[in-house]
Amino acid sequence: MISNDENSDGMARPYAHPSRREIIVGAVTGSFAMGMPPDAAGQSQGSRGSAASEISVNLTVNGTHHALALDPRTSLLDALRDHLNLTGTKKGCDHGQCGACTVLIDGRRVVSCLTLAVMTDGKSITTIEGLAKNGTLHPLQQAFIDHDAFQCGYCTPGQICSAAGLIAEGKAKTAEQIRELMSGNICRCGAYTNIVAAIQQAMGQS
Amino acid sequence: MIGFQYSRASNVADAVRQMTASPGAKFVAGGTNLVDLMKMDVEKPARLIDVSRLPLDKVEEIAGGGLRIGALVRNTDLAYHPHVERRYPVLSSALLAGASQQLRNMASVGGNLLQRTRCAYFYDIATPCNKREPGSGCSAIGGVNRMNAILGTSDACIAVHPSDMCVALAVLEAKVRVTGPRGEREIPFVDFHRLPGDTPQRDTNLGADELITAVELPPRGFSANYTYLKIRDRLSYAFALVSVAVGIELDGGNIREARFALGGVAHKPWRKAEAEAALRGKVPGEAAFAQAADLVLRDAKSFGHNTFKIDLARRTIVRALSQAAWGTPQSQSSKKIA
Repeated sequence: MISNDENSDGMARPYAHPSRREIIVGAVTGSFAMGMPPDAAGQSQGSRGSAASEISVNLTVNGTHHALALDPRTSLLDALRDHLNLTGTKKGCDHGQCGACTVLIDGRRVVSCLTLAVMTDGKSITTIEGLAKNGTLHPLQQAFIDHDAFQCGYCTPGQICSAAGLIAEGKAKTAEQIRELMSGNICRCGAYTNIVAAIQQAMGQS
Repeated sequence: MIGFQYSRASNVADAVRQMTASPGAKFVAGGTNLVDLMKMDVEKPARLIDVSRLPLDKVEEIAGGGLRIGALVRNTDLAYHPHVERRYPVLSSALLAGASQQLRNMASVGGNLLQRTRCAYFYDIATPCNKREPGSGCSAIGGVNRMNAILGTSDACIAVHPSDMCVALAVLEAKVRVTGPRGEREIPFVDFHRLPGDTPQRDTNLGADELITAVELPPRGFSANYTYLKIRDRLSYAFALVSVAVGIELDGGNIREARFALGGVAHKPWRKAEAEAALRGKVPGEAAFAQAADLVLRDAKSFGHNTFKIDLARRTIVRALSQAAWGTPQSQSSKKIA
């Protein structure tokens, strides 16, 4: 199984080798998960009587329209990752505490783990995969590289989407204000100093 | 998460009608608390009635000089609204002290009023909790209760209300407008949230079939002398150990009117009329502020891990009243406590 997610970490990928996820997904599909719908493992338990019926949801993600049929329990995060294969958005805590799943809905940053996908019907979603334009990195993506603003990189897509929201809000001017308004994005590697520097660089360009 | 039916309300009357027809349903707007509780199987609604698209997202001036805030106004939009920043800065400050910008972008005013407690035992379905399962017992009494209440507790529950916004609304003496099957009514803020008593499962006096449509602020906004001081384990993105919202009006050098409410210490934002009355006519200063703090905390009762909150609350009240009186309100971006 080949993922159509060519840019899952939001960074340019110069060589067309398979990603880690493509290899993992391929291995799992080939061994024991054949034919299992994307949500079955996580959501089959605890259904109330008959399974909740699926609801049609229209989403525009990074400019592309998608018509989905979703169990109402599906979070926007799971819809993006498991139904649209946009795995750049990360699942960290899944409880709105870490910010790894931050995306923009109609231009505003939110945590996609606490957003029910059915409630976003008709809305426009921007994920990390949608920030680069015509092969050119978004200024925040370039700034994160320039400032080495990550170590493991797991929180990075959320940090960058959150910073994109922050710049659009226009409320942060100083490093102190950036830190406060980015406090919803946790980085367990502790790259905060460089993250603030990267955001300041990108702010200067926008 | 337990399965549920999902439907959208087309207007306020339709929302109420759907709720009346579906006992066990819940309204959902921002979802920041409800969806989380559903993931933990603490909340198990049979149906979610999505009210997020109703036209209740306006902030409007009302006759007599007050402000009507639609129940669906997002926390960020309210915090940065020019009228709120200028006339009710204690509300703006309290909003920005709570949660993260992502959550404030999602969270509605009505939902903020209806936040459930963050007591760890309420979230842990493997433990007894009278709020989650009436009659099962309180695990926090005798348990790990560092975050729990010191005022207004009962033998059944020592949970605290987690909202920052509500602490400011208590000082501003807001009114909550609600619509139910019997029509509209208005609930004074002081009567909106309940003390746990022997029914801790009921956080508020809102009927199960009623929808919050707006919060109304009276004209008096304490825009010159106010503060929202929140003391917590981290400087940002953490619930209050103790928070204090203050509004003062000065007359010459003396206090004409002082209001203050505490967050993080009780099942509802905590005000004490006697303590506020004791400040009237006084010269602002540490002596008067300490006396007011003592009047509030005379009734405090702690449970072991949270004993420190009594001293912390005393000091936070004195500091917050000083910040308000000297016109140096707490900044929510610079964390230095002046």
